[in-house]
Amino acid sequence: MNRIETDTVFVRRDFLEPEAPPPSLGGVPGWVRKNLFSSPLNIVVSLTMLFLLVWLLPPLIRWLFVDAVWTGTNREACLPKNGETMGACWAFVNAKLAQFTFGSYPADQRWRPSLVMIGFFLGLAWVAIPKMPRRREGVWFMLTAFPVLTFWLLYGGLGLPIVETPNWGGLLVTLVVAISGIVASLPLGILLALGRRSKLPFIKIVSVVFIEVWRGVPLITVLFMASVMLPLFLPTGVNFDKLLRALIGVALFTGAYMAETIRGGLQAIPKGQYEGAASLGLGYWQSMRLIILPQALKIVIPGIVNSFISLFKDTSLVMIIGLYDLLGSIQRNFSDASWSTPSIAPTGLIFAAAVFWVFCFSMSRYSMYMERKLNTGRKR
Amino acid sequence: MTLRDKTADDSPRSLVRAVLYDATIRGWVFQGLVLVFLILFAAWVIHNTAVNLRAANIPFGFDFLNMRAGFDISQKPIAYTLDSSHAQAFKVGLVNTIIVSVLGIVFATIIGFVVGISRLSKNWLLARAATVYVETLRNIPLLLQLLFWYKAVLSVLPGPRQGYWLPLSINLSNRGLTMPRPIIGEGFEIVLSTVPVAVVLTWVMARWAKRRQIATGQPFPVFRASLGLIIGLPLAVFLVLGAPLSFEFPELKGFNFVGGMVIHPELTAMLFGISLYTATYIAETVRAGILAVSTGQSEAAFSLGLRPSQTMRLIVVPQAMRVIIPPLTSQYLNLTKNSSLALAIGYPDLVAVFAGSTLNITGHAIEVIAITMAVYLALSLVTAALMNWFNARVALVER
Repeated sequence: MNRIETDTVFVRRDFLEPEAPPPSLGGVPGWVRKNLFSSPLNIVVSLTMLFLLVWLLPPLIRWLFVDAVWTGTNREACLPKNGETMGACWAFVNAKLAQFTFGSYPADQRWRPSLVMIGFFLGLAWVAIPKMPRRREGVWFMLTAFPVLTFWLLYGGLGLPIVETPNWGGLLVTLVVAISGIVASLPLGILLALGRRSKLPFIKIVSVVFIEVWRGVPLITVLFMASVMLPLFLPTGVNFDKLLRALIGVALFTGAYMAETIRGGLQAIPKGQYEGAASLGLGYWQSMRLIILPQALKIVIPGIVNSFISLFKDTSLVMIIGLYDLLGSIQRNFSDASWSTPSIAPTGLIFAAAVFWVFCFSMSRYSMYMERKLNTGRKR
Repeated sequence: MTLRDKTADDSPRSLVRAVLYDATIRGWVFQGLVLVFLILFAAWVIHNTAVNLRAANIPFGFDFLNMRAGFDISQKPIAYTLDSSHAQAFKVGLVNTIIVSVLGIVFATIIGFVVGISRLSKNWLLARAATVYVETLRNIPLLLQLLFWYKAVLSVLPGPRQGYWLPLSINLSNRGLTMPRPIIGEGFEIVLSTVPVAVVLTWVMARWAKRRQIATGQPFPVFRASLGLIIGLPLAVFLVLGAPLSFEFPELKGFNFVGGMVIHPELTAMLFGISLYTATYIAETVRAGILAVSTGQSEAAFSLGLRPSQTMRLIVVPQAMRVIIPPLTSQYLNLTKNSSLALAIGYPDLVAVFAGSTLNITGHAIEVIAITMAVYLALSLVTAALMNWFNARVALVER
């Protein structure tokens, strides 16, 4: 075979520029086609969803913002006059904002709960953001000194006028119940979780019964128990505060859930860690404190945050036993004659929902973030 | 003791040391101390309670259950009058709790599965809408949602005259949902009795179809056939018997409805709130379950030549269900426990009737709370036992 020698051999030395995809596949039309109208079923679903959006969103936005009343001093502002439609009554929220935040805490003393709240959020940022310096000290400060300072500031004494707890209310009570619940339930949960994994039969049985009983009943019955049965259990004459009783109920209830969360972490620690601790000659408490718990608690941080989210939502139940948390104080104001209009109930509840949502949603995002971060740390 | 060094002297001091540092003995001493502490604590609590009860002149005991209750209950699925006993009130409350829980579980499951699958949909709009729904409602307390449905939606609805008519003669107004009441005619029991027959037939057919497929490779449309049996057989009997079921339609008379069946606003609000809230958790469970089945499974199924619907039904769903069912059950349990929030909007469930009215009237706090807690606890323990049994059955058998 002869090779054909010619000058006209065409050899391409570089790549062709890629052509743009056809307009129906690229850009916005392509995206719409791929994600919204890829099959007959998808077309029907997308059109239904679009119809629902067009049908629901404009009236909602109109009610929330356009037709809403933003200023006013009493119910007159929010009463529909001669047939015009009225939206949300934000004037009501505006007028009662201090009450929703502090309850009936004396106005000249409100700097105290404000200081506590600011301190709490600063402390939380210190502890929760991974790059902060001296986080370990921060955790100890938040778990020990901060509660004492908070109690002193909120309740008074030592130079500050005393404010009795029936005057506390609103978001303040919500935060107090949620935070003291979580702080008290952590040590309780650790002890119960260790007890449930203990080799001592009696300790194990006591822990299992305690955990399962509290987890098996609704929180509301626990709160009822704390509010009507606890006074019967104590010596005659010892009568303590309604808020404290609710706190005890919440702490016991959350402690049981916390125990199960922490047990999950304990179970995730490989057996070699226990054996390694034992081979170093560490006793039970030493190996728990120095080897096992630091690792187990780190794994369950997302679980603890999730427990805190459900506890935060559950604090609204203290309203049923007559404490005025955020929801309770909003609900109480529905019967205020000077504001009584049909629109205050939806407005107040939507406001409360927004506050709860902001707290819970940001915490759940934080928990997801920690989960990702801790995962990569363990992956190696 | 076996570990003790042989060279150690057996002087009394080292013997004491050996006993003091022996793990077993320490364990028992520690347990004994805890036991003594618990007994002392219980004795202290019981003593205080006895003193307090004597001071308040409330004798401990369950005799109050037979006393006349004397309060009315707004929703009475079983016989109850003002003269009924507290025990009867307890039963009414329990039945009401069961009603709201069962209906709530049915609705929450349907919504939850639809939303959970929607979140994984390729349709961007649907997936986003499902995400927004889940993330919004999951982060708002259930109590707040119940109050919202009750106070902000249902009580501001117009009266019956201006109420909204939904399909099937269902009316939504501030009196709740009014719907046609089914009137059961003669022979309807026969129709109902064909349902178990159809179920048995389906089971027999499924066994036969499986055996035939193993023997010959011939598939049989079991799913469609069983659907036909379970719906078709009762329907055929129903029609043969001349449709022994009629409806009484609600009619407007004056300011209210006459006839028909009314679901009170309290129950309607409960169902809206509790189903929509629990559905968000069920949706997340379902999504996690489906994601837990690796894509390799569906790819392998496709490469075996199974169609997408078959892959879903035979490969993905059975494996996803193994992951879904345990958390799903605990969501059902949560829903039942959460139904106790009914108290806040006046739906007469167990807690509202018994731990509310009965407790207030009789003052028997300990007995009432103990009974109420025992009911929920029993339910939880039974469910947990069933769940353990189920897990043991479906758990992957590892080599």
